[in-house]
Amino acid sequence: MTNLEQSTTERPAILDEVKPAELPRRELVANNRSFGWITDIICGIVEQKTPTWWWVCFIISGFIATFTGMGLLYLVSTGVGVWGLKNPFGWGWAIVNFVFWIGIGHAGTLISAILCLLRQKWRTSINRAAEAMTIFAVMCAGIFPLFHVGRVWFAWWLFPLPNSNSIWPNFRSPLEWDVFAVSTYFTVSLLFWYMGMIPDLATIRDRAKSKIRKIAYGVLALGWRGSNRHWSNYEMAYLLLAGLSTPLVLSVHTIVSFDFAAANLPGWHTTIFPPYFVAGAIFSGFGMVLTLLLPLRAIYGLHDLITQYHIDCMCKIVLATGSMVGYAYAMEFFIAWYGANPYEGFAFVNRAFGPYAWAYWIMISCNVISPHLFWFKKIRENTWFVWIVSIIVNVGMWFERFVITVTSLANDYLPSSWDYFSPTIVDIFTFFGTFGFFSVLFLLFLRFLPLMAFAEIKAVSPQADPHKH
Amino acid sequence: MANIFPKWSNTVPLKIIFAVLLLGGAITAGVTYYFTPKYSRVGYMPIQPVAYDHSLHVDQLGMDCRYCHTYVDRSEHANIPDAGTCMNCHNQILPDSPKLAPIRASYESDQPVEWVRIHKTPDYVFFNHAVHVNRGVSCVECHGQVNEMKEVFHAKDHSMTMCLECHRNPEKFVRPLDKVYDLDWKAASEEAQLKLGKKLVHEWDINPPESCSGCHR
Repeated sequence: MTNLEQSTTERPAILDEVKPAELPRRELVANNRSFGWITDIICGIVEQKTPTWWWVCFIISGFIATFTGMGLLYLVSTGVGVWGLKNPFGWGWAIVNFVFWIGIGHAGTLISAILCLLRQKWRTSINRAAEAMTIFAVMCAGIFPLFHVGRVWFAWWLFPLPNSNSIWPNFRSPLEWDVFAVSTYFTVSLLFWYMGMIPDLATIRDRAKSKIRKIAYGVLALGWRGSNRHWSNYEMAYLLLAGLSTPLVLSVHTIVSFDFAAANLPGWHTTIFPPYFVAGAIFSGFGMVLTLLLPLRAIYGLHDLITQYHIDCMCKIVLATGSMVGYAYAMEFFIAWYGANPYEGFAFVNRAFGPYAWAYWIMISCNVISPHLFWFKKIRENTWFVWIVSIIVNVGMWFERFVITVTSLANDYLPSSWDYFSPTIVDIFTFFGTFGFFSVLFLLFLRFLPLMAFAEIKAVSPQADPHKH
Repeated sequence: MANIFPKWSNTVPLKIIFAVLLLGGAITAGVTYYFTPKYSRVGYMPIQPVAYDHSLHVDQLGMDCRYCHTYVDRSEHANIPDAGTCMNCHNQILPDSPKLAPIRASYESDQPVEWVRIHKTPDYVFFNHAVHVNRGVSCVECHGQVNEMKEVFHAKDHSMTMCLECHRNPEKFVRPLDKVYDLDWKAASEEAQLKLGKKLVHEWDINPPESCSGCHR
């Protein structure tokens, strides 16, 4: 005790002379908002009368989603040929759209798991919505490989279940690894999302006025009372799930990249694919988070919870991963030349200057040039600009998958099998409809579940630390 | 806040888990038993227009399978004989039997007897009888001991498992060519079958396809 007093009273004299630079941490909740305000604004989204814009968006999204429904119905009743798949294109838009959506699904778990382990407190404002986005994006992604099998009612053959046909999945196929990677990722993400929501659902339950709401949220809250023991179990479970999902963030897209890298096709058979795909996935995922959250911030007036600091952080991640993607594009070309394999060399020259050059240059301008705008503070502070760039990022990432898939298939070793891929109207409808499907799910999430992890936001808000320790 | 849930709701999750396990187990067991070819195909014995007795013709009279199923060793399809084949003998033997009336009618009118099909391979499976019987796969492996049947019935399950068992381990099933139509023949012991089978597989260079496109072309 005496020692402690001495240490506090006897300040080294030198400290009075040095004046350390003031480096204040930027606040995660602006305007010193109170706990009550945070609860009210997030619960209010769920408790208010359904806004008109919500109904308009919901009906439009539902209508768009029917395009996927009709496309799939036509496919199942006719055959996978309706997707513009023919030799040499065993894969077309189906795998492009799969990789596109699954890539978007990467930001959620990155934010909730990796940023949790790295103690990035700014994640609390965005993790819930990003996790919801992840789950819905993986659902959209799953549609494509699922229906690509053709006879979709036999899709359970993808799992190692004993059957009277004595057939067993081919465990040497990366496509089979995909089944496990994606289904594990979906399950863990769903658990993580739901578990994180329990304290917030309990708050909504406690505020509920009608009997139905009380019961519905009561069931969802699993009897959460917010006791010390509940919280300590919760924190431990959260940490464990964060640890479990961290390798998944990296493994899922690594395995998706094996779909290509394990094949012998020039342009696919490269070791750079796993890290390059993971970087691209996080890049597109953060793009999508920005695309979704910036409008919500404006609609619901969440400027104090998603501050400029949050936007800066996300922009910087987009910039970092976008640079990695750009580096990978350059390195692919370098290795194609340095490896001195004429087929590999041709594949890349053909990408940039062949029949798909238009797609390649869209990809380059969207993915390599546009993220570098985020070097500038002025641009990061212009919400409209950030929003537009975030959309451009995802356009670019779709084209990246298109370029990778189609150019290598179209012009491989054997010129006699070369062809030019064109999607059919069914391809376009099915893909277009998934945006509606995604929006329907996301709108339902907005309406019925807490948009932000407000129990956690309170812990990182300035109000939780009034004495500035 | 008032208690919205009664006390018994505490045990509901446990009960739900138990019920799901129970129901899942029951469904799995039910499907495995009732929805697989072992149940749905084996034992199918439709009433035929003429009660043709294989045991009488084969076991007692010593007829060869190929007397009636003429093309089994030359065609992918093992044909059902026309009435003319029956009449070769039956214009002399029991020419007036009322049981054979449909045969005589068919013979006179040129309209085939409407036998009820028992073994049906799905149309997405390519199965070639000749290839199998000419490489030592006996009729009995797929059709059971037809030579003992008074009325023909579906004896084996004809599941894909059955095909693959042999395609994966042909040495367990192949036999000398002169024993293919001898449905009673069995190797002296399991070891003898394996020894013989391995020899035949090697000599005949048997390499049954296990890839999808081997049969689903």
